[in-house]
Amino acid sequence: MDNNGSHITEYKVLIRILFILLLCTFITIEITSFDLAAFTVTAALLIAGFKSYLVLSYFMHLKYESLLLRILVSMVFLLFFVIVLITFIDYSFR
Amino acid sequence: MNNNEHISFLEHQGKYKGIFAWIFATDHKRIAFLYMYAIAAFFLVGAILGLLMRFELIAPGETIIKPQTYNGLFTVHGIIMIFMVVIPGLSAVFGNFFLPILIGAKDVSFPKLNNFSWWLFMFGSALAIATQLLKSGSPDTGWTFYAPYSTTTGTSVILATTAAFILGFSSILTGLNFIVTVHRMRAPGMRFFNMPLFPWSIYATAWIQLLATPVVGITLIMLIAERLFGIGFFNPDLGGDPVLFQHLFWIYSHPAVYIMILPAMGVITEIIPTFCQKRVYGYKAIALSSLAIAGVGFLVWGHHMYTSGMSEQARWFFSLLTFIVAVPSAIKVFNWITTMYKGSIDLKPPFIFALAFIFLFMIGGLTGLILGSVATDIQVHDTSFIVAHFHYIIFGGMGFAFFAAIHYWLPKMYGKMYNFKIANISAVSLFIGFNLLYFPQFIIGIQGMPRRYFDYFPKFQWAQVISTIGGVILVSAVILMIYNLIMGVRKGAKASANPWNGTTLEWQIPSPPSLENFDSAPIVKENPYDYN
Repeated sequence: MDNNGSHITEYKVLIRILFILLLCTFITIEITSFDLAAFTVTAALLIAGFKSYLVLSYFMHLKYESLLLRILVSMVFLLFFVIVLITFIDYSFR
Repeated sequence: MNNNEHISFLEHQGKYKGIFAWIFATDHKRIAFLYMYAIAAFFLVGAILGLLMRFELIAPGETIIKPQTYNGLFTVHGIIMIFMVVIPGLSAVFGNFFLPILIGAKDVSFPKLNNFSWWLFMFGSALAIATQLLKSGSPDTGWTFYAPYSTTTGTSVILATTAAFILGFSSILTGLNFIVTVHRMRAPGMRFFNMPLFPWSIYATAWIQLLATPVVGITLIMLIAERLFGIGFFNPDLGGDPVLFQHLFWIYSHPAVYIMILPAMGVITEIIPTFCQKRVYGYKAIALSSLAIAGVGFLVWGHHMYTSGMSEQARWFFSLLTFIVAVPSAIKVFNWITTMYKGSIDLKPPFIFALAFIFLFMIGGLTGLILGSVATDIQVHDTSFIVAHFHYIIFGGMGFAFFAAIHYWLPKMYGKMYNFKIANISAVSLFIGFNLLYFPQFIIGIQGMPRRYFDYFPKFQWAQVISTIGGVILVSAVILMIYNLIMGVRKGAKASANPWNGTTLEWQIPSPPSLENFDSAPIVKENPYDYN
């Protein structure tokens, strides 16, 4: 298997990511003060999605994994997106 | 290897002794046995509850139990059979035992987590059974816990949903373990496309377990929160939406049907080439159809909700997707039949069970198309047609595949052989009893017999009587089958390492296997079903 090698991420990279995550949390709170109407949930989900990407990539080392594993994790997000989309086919037309 | 030196996993002396050597076992094979014995016990309990319902329905009006007891019976029958028997069944028993062996591994990736999954399974199961003993009475919602009724009924819904939540955790951890095992533990030289097809089906199932189960976990927590704090997720009086519960519930519970049936398809795919002594036809198509079923199966949940008030656009969309999911299932059936064509067929008990599976699964699958179409589904929704369809898929499918699997792999698991004649009699009796039990339910379902009803019009009695007779034959056949298997394990002849002349890796090691399965790195063939 080609996935047995380990990778050590530098502390300064991890701390940088941590600050970006904190900034995203701050934006998630602040954005609620704007009236985005139907896009309120979309905005929250986009920020949360970006945060998940950072956590998966750096803290869970996905960035250094094989292409197959990265594709599999991407498929999970795609599935989540499709399920939400299909559910809203019901709610949008009801 | 020298068989005189062989110490099987059953004889191996580990850190613990007696019962502790089992309940704290981290060996995947022992954990498979733990699941098997627990699931067999739960199955018998669920079957007795089912038989009680059948006796109640033998005549219109009250016969042996009260209406509220009947409601409790069908709910607990459903919870036990779905969450404690069918979902973990093949995956936790045969997946645990044979997945590592079939991919040439010593164990699963996380053996301790594997043992913890079993403990969670037992804890959740104990809670589910405890719902029967509470003063508030067993839940009367059906296994689907539909809101808003489940948010208001005074029965023990919270305990039952907590049980289902914990059982779900067990399922997630098992799925996670299997995915990592397939990715990280394959023998040198074993690529994805020369892996046997049972591991393929377990791999596809594991993804569903990992991704779908959390959805029902969250849904059940929302239901508990609704009952305890009156939040108003699902109750329209509080601004909630009961259809949301159905969406969330079926986002898990329809893929859960594939958790039940995909490993069953994997078992059948192993048995057919062995008993036809022929290379499996369309290896890649079968492997990829498992992934296709797992993927598309995620997107068809709405066909359970055609009459729930869903939008018209969503209904036709789900109907379309439902028909698409039939394609990969049909691919498998065509490939099984083609594998048999011009094969050297040997009608041993596992193969007879496999043939019964194909017949019953086809009836279940084709009646599923009637339910996938909006127009016809509305006619038969919530009738006994659904009960028949569901049991043809789940019992005729997963149940018969489980029986096929135990007859196929028992010689490997115990190193003993059972009596073929009794096995054949039990297989035929099971098949007859099953069809007598469930087929009449299709007919009276179309005529309007509602499901989950304690009472019915006298015009339906003929079918209920036939079904009850079928139920008695079925349970008798199950008892005969279990008796034969137990006698085989206790007093049966010693089984050779490869009694069926199979080609996959489990048949290349002694029966029963040693603790770490392989004494040296297994030789991986280009095609695992190479009979040339």
